[in-house]
Amino acid sequence: MSAQKVLSVIDVSSAYGDFVLLEHITFTIKRGDIFIIMGGSGCGKSTMLRHLIGLKRPYKGRVLYGDKDFWAGDEEDRQQIMRRAGVLYQSGALWSSMTLTENVALPLQRYTDLRPAAINELVEFKLSLVGLDGFGDFYPAELSGGMRKRAALARAIALDPEFLFFDEPSAGLDPVSSRRLDELILELRDSLGATVIIVTHELASIYSIATNAVFLDREAKTMLATGNPKTMVRESTNPVVRDFLTRGTGKPPEWMYE
Amino acid sequence: MVTLRLTGCWKSSCSIPELDHILQQIPDDTPALRITCDRSLVWDSILAVFLNRLLTYCRNKSIATNLSDLPSGVRTLLALAQKSSNRPPKATGRPGFVYRLGTLTINIFTQGKELVNFTGEIVLSLMLLVRGKTYFRFRDFFYFLQNCGADALPIVSLISILVGVILAFVGAVQLRMFGAQIYVANLVALSMVLEMGAMMSAVIMAGRTGASFAAQLGTMQVNEEIDALRTLGISPVSYLVLPRMLALICMMPLLCIYADLLGIAGGAIIGTGMLDFSFYEYIMQTKSAIHLDQISQGLIKSAVYGVLISFSGCYQGMNSGRSASAVGEATTSAVVLSIVLIVVSDAIMTVIFSL
Ligand SMILES: Nc1ncnc2c1ncn2[C@@H]1O[C@H](COP(=O)(O)OP(=O)(O)OP(=O)(O)O)[C@@H](O)[C@H]1O
Ligand SMILES: [Mg+2]
Repeated sequence: MSAQKVLSVIDVSSAYGDFVLLEHITFTIKRGDIFIIMGGSGCGKSTMLRHLIGLKRPYKGRVLYGDKDFWAGDEEDRQQIMRRAGVLYQSGALWSSMTLTENVALPLQRYTDLRPAAINELVEFKLSLVGLDGFGDFYPAELSGGMRKRAALARAIALDPEFLFFDEPSAGLDPVSSRRLDELILELRDSLGATVIIVTHELASIYSIATNAVFLDREAKTMLATGNPKTMVRESTNPVVRDFLTRGTGKPPEWMYE
Repeated sequence: MVTLRLTGCWKSSCSIPELDHILQQIPDDTPALRITCDRSLVWDSILAVFLNRLLTYCRNKSIATNLSDLPSGVRTLLALAQKSSNRPPKATGRPGFVYRLGTLTINIFTQGKELVNFTGEIVLSLMLLVRGKTYFRFRDFFYFLQNCGADALPIVSLISILVGVILAFVGAVQLRMFGAQIYVANLVALSMVLEMGAMMSAVIMAGRTGASFAAQLGTMQVNEEIDALRTLGISPVSYLVLPRMLALICMMPLLCIYADLLGIAGGAIIGTGMLDFSFYEYIMQTKSAIHLDQISQGLIKSAVYGVLISFSGCYQGMNSGRSASAVGEATTSAVVLSIVLIVVSDAIMTVIFSL
């Protein structure tokens, strides 16, 4: 199967001021992929994501959506592209003074011409997709952490995005909820036909849902490996990658082969 | 058996048919509804919403449905939406008058209680502080000293000079009619020292520092930082509120003296520039006009304002809700409350001092 390349990162380097974080990052993402950006804490995963969603300009290199250079255009062009993307931020980033319904409705009001009644119905549907129907009148502060994650997911999929970006979706969730969230992400990808890019260091999700991945490292300031994590763990000779993917045991965990 | 065939564009950007219109064409006694589509179908979740409503209708009428010909994406979405949490929505609608009156009354009482609690906590922490038994960050204290004192000088200077100028100007116009221009110096000096110095610096600090206290503490409340302090066994009042309050209370009288001085200087500008007094004359007249006890009246007032401003800023911040707009409200009410308290306490103190 030769799926279409929808997002390519070419020789990207990122830095905060003089502090160089990552250099020479190159990878491509195909349509329908579940692509994982992994690595230890502080290695620049979130920063990489910010390059992809237009929040921070990489100081070198290109990000291509299809064959459009994301950072070459102006703000307007980038917004055109981001309209087709949904983002789930590391801390949820729900607007705290708006109810869930209003949170999910805002992207719809911004980008569609639907009537208010239709928007409400669509919002209620999206909330029921993530198992939160009936919570439309709640404020984010009145929800548990996991519910906030799911509400943020409902907001991310409000516009039926082609690209779904997740920053640490399962951080702070119990194993069962985190697995359910993984399943939900898979189901949403299948039904919406989206391409999913996930930042995570949760091994369980990495093995169960990833189709492709890139491994970033803080010491080396670059990527150490790319490919399917299951192959990566078997074939990578890099000790850092092996340690990460086997939790330091040197052997891939058995449940990986389920 | 009725078959419903979907074709064409079913996206939120296209116009889609009304559901009721379609329901009318389904006879009531239909045993089953089959929904199919053809290749021209393009869709997004608007279609799923539409079908979801249709399915709900069919379930209520016990019509069997068959979706097996639809794209698998649509079926997955519908299946996901069925696994609902079924939580009854929050009660909405406007409650009755009695209910609202009751809530309002209860709110007033609980707020009063909170206010008393907060005051009590401050007093207790102060006593602990005096005995050296509480965790107090001197670094923060010095930071706030600088923040409420030195950093406020530019704006206080500007406003006080202008107030002095305005007073002198207005006074000069009136006093000229009696040929008593030299009393402009008395007018400016007395009003600065008794009222305006303390009042103007207090209003500036309410807008500048009281608001920032409320915003800082409110944001900490949103980020659960205050809860984190509590769980560590550190009293947020002694750790966060006391340094702010003490710093402002120390700085307010100093700012007041400074404002008095600059106000008088502003008056002198008009006095020497417009009214042709010599600088010496003006200053001597000023000196004879004010006494130490008048100056100390102003200082006492400004210290009280310092208490009130930092109290309302910290109180509103500590009691802020956990959302961005709640922090905004806390900031606004901090400023409004401080200014109201300043004016009210000014009236009371003026009466007391003139007894
Ligand atoms: N705004 C910023 N200014 C300066 N440095 C920053 C900024 N944001 C992040 N950094 C630095 O960049 C590095 C990577 O941060 P980033 O948030 O991308 O890490 P991460 O891989 O997402 O980590 P985690 O898994 O903990 O979320 C860190 O060393 C951090 O200190
Ligand atoms: Mg991160």
